[in-house]
Amino acid sequence: MEAEPVLQLSMQQALNRALDEILADNPKTVIFGEDCGRLGGVFRITDGLQAKHGEERVFDTPLAESAILGMSVGLAMAGFHPIPEVQFDGFAYPAINQIVCQIARMNYRSRGTLPMPITLRVPSFGGIRAPEHHGESLEALFAHVPGLKVVSPSSPHDAYHLLKYAATRPDPVIFMEPKSRYWQKGPVDVRTAAPGQALQDQALPDAGMDDGGRLTGARVAREGRHLTLVAWGAMVARCLQVAELASEDGIDVEVLDLRWLKPIDAEALAKSVGKTRRAVVVHEAPLTSGLGAEVAQLITQHCFQTLKAPVERVTGFDVPYPSGDLEDEYIPNIDRILFGIQRVLEYRRG
Amino acid sequence: MTTKPVLGAVDEDAAPLTHEQLRELYSLMASVRHLDTAAVAWQRQGIIPGYAPQLGQEAAQVGSGYAVDRTRDFVFPTYREMGVARAMGLDMVGYMSTHKATWHGGMYNPLESRFAPIQAVVAGSVLHAVGWAHGQTLSGKPDGERGVAMTYFGDGASSQGDVHEAMNFAAVMKAPVVFFIQNNGWAISVPTERQVAGGSVAARAAGYGIPSLQVDGNDVVAVYEATRSAFAHCRAGNGPVVIEAMTYRRGPHSTADDPGRYRTLEEERLSAGEDPLERFKQRLLDDGIADDAFFALAQQRAQEEEEAIRGGIEALAPRPGAEMFSLVFQEPTPTLQSQATAWRKESEHV
Repeated sequence: MEAEPVLQLSMQQALNRALDEILADNPKTVIFGEDCGRLGGVFRITDGLQAKHGEERVFDTPLAESAILGMSVGLAMAGFHPIPEVQFDGFAYPAINQIVCQIARMNYRSRGTLPMPITLRVPSFGGIRAPEHHGESLEALFAHVPGLKVVSPSSPHDAYHLLKYAATRPDPVIFMEPKSRYWQKGPVDVRTAAPGQALQDQALPDAGMDDGGRLTGARVAREGRHLTLVAWGAMVARCLQVAELASEDGIDVEVLDLRWLKPIDAEALAKSVGKTRRAVVVHEAPLTSGLGAEVAQLITQHCFQTLKAPVERVTGFDVPYPSGDLEDEYIPNIDRILFGIQRVLEYRRG
Repeated sequence: MTTKPVLGAVDEDAAPLTHEQLRELYSLMASVRHLDTAAVAWQRQGIIPGYAPQLGQEAAQVGSGYAVDRTRDFVFPTYREMGVARAMGLDMVGYMSTHKATWHGGMYNPLESRFAPIQAVVAGSVLHAVGWAHGQTLSGKPDGERGVAMTYFGDGASSQGDVHEAMNFAAVMKAPVVFFIQNNGWAISVPTERQVAGGSVAARAAGYGIPSLQVDGNDVVAVYEATRSAFAHCRAGNGPVVIEAMTYRRGPHSTADDPGRYRTLEEERLSAGEDPLERFKQRLLDDGIADDAFFALAQQRAQEEEEAIRGGIEALAPRPGAEMFSLVFQEPTPTLQSQATAWRKESEHV
């Protein structure tokens, strides 16, 4: 491993490799869901895992999301570490009772005697011109539920490490994979640390890629002085593009990749916005009661004295996720994010 | 009504119940009857805020619970399985604490008692049983050590989709699950004929290729034998079984219910059938297995037991508020910790 610690992998490959290693590391891990056995999942995230680890560890289930998640509860009670997959984000809705009333509460209900070490993988968000129910942004819904933790990687490197980290935790983690980023390649440092530990203190090839292996909070994806763009999932890459364009106009944008949507890294928000004094939150989900409101409130709470402008939001709209032809109008695009930046930069106290 | 023997003859260890066991079954039923009646009185006296009686279901609950092997099996109840809990030897103060509103799910240890936490989304735990049972299949344990999951639900819960998903999953995976339905005639105010299409819950099993049997739920021995056969069927690797115990909920759905709004006393009298406790008593007398002295002693012990449990319930102090925060996760989030700190400061002034 030391000979070639940094690989160029797509997020799909990085996730696949992480699952392979998780299965190898922990014999109590089981992966299951619709089509994730022989087919390897519709996105091939579980490709080859059944052939390598056997039909008992990686298996296809009948088509029923509530049962997949309800089954996870029973498996966790029996001492397993389930990694169920909901095939598409919109199909988590039929399982919401099991996620909210069962998975999220069993530790509490049982006074800590029945932990739920479940990592629910949800291919999330839009951007692939998929049919209805295949492009939802459920992070605010999940993050609102007591008992759940929510994380979304933005790069292959983070996808690999955050999934391995999530799968070793004793609490349920909703792992939201930005499906529009599955095929983008990037460097992945596969040098591993002990489960749950930070990566060793090793300099990573791309300084902007990582913050030294800390997997529990946000990371600064790009440093800047004039304002902070806060994003997660696929929006991080878009915000980095925006930051490059803005720099041509002399605007120095910091991009904060939130990564954990619950718990939110308030300290990182305070640090970044405390420095830049302006912030725009960018997310694909609808505006109203979206996670951007939570982020904006945390920034207000921690940075009220130094903020130069109200926190702006650039988000999806309060409409059902539109069909593919309208997708580009819905997902925050470069222009809309630039307008958001303009609004905070030009804000004057009335 | 008689048990329909549709299962394979797999119960090799089956032996008739001994006289001692028959007397024990009666004692358990007497304890359950007394405790159940008392719990309603406790609610009227303000000792507990609410309770879900199971008057009339003693035979269904004690007979099935008595068949559970606590060294390897696991039971997934709803909120009306007090008799099962008692038959399995649970800490009854811990069980009743959920009705005292001390802690959702009860204060007993589910892992030690092999009795999952009480919860009210009645079909939710049916799926947990399937997951746990599949875990037995995956466990690699020798045949004799693998357990069977028994899940309890009613005619009302059988209308929920999770029951159908559970039966389908269990049948496809040949999971060792006993689906134990107590058909007590009523889902709060709705009678079975307005709740269950297809004539019976057991009839549905055929659609999943699951062997099923209806049993006279007021006959404790018939229930015990049916359950024992079902366990043997599951242990032999034959997959799940559906048992529908036909019984009658003689009292209200809960202490907040008013059955007078949806059925008359005359209907209750005609529909309830024979009292399972009186019926069993008569049988024991007729067969010369027990005498009046035994019944008097059983009654006396039931009363002593109830008084001890009531004392335990009355002595239960409210849980320390800090538990509200500390039992959500195995690894609490910083946000939750800061909420706990704020709560302590503002509520306990520490």
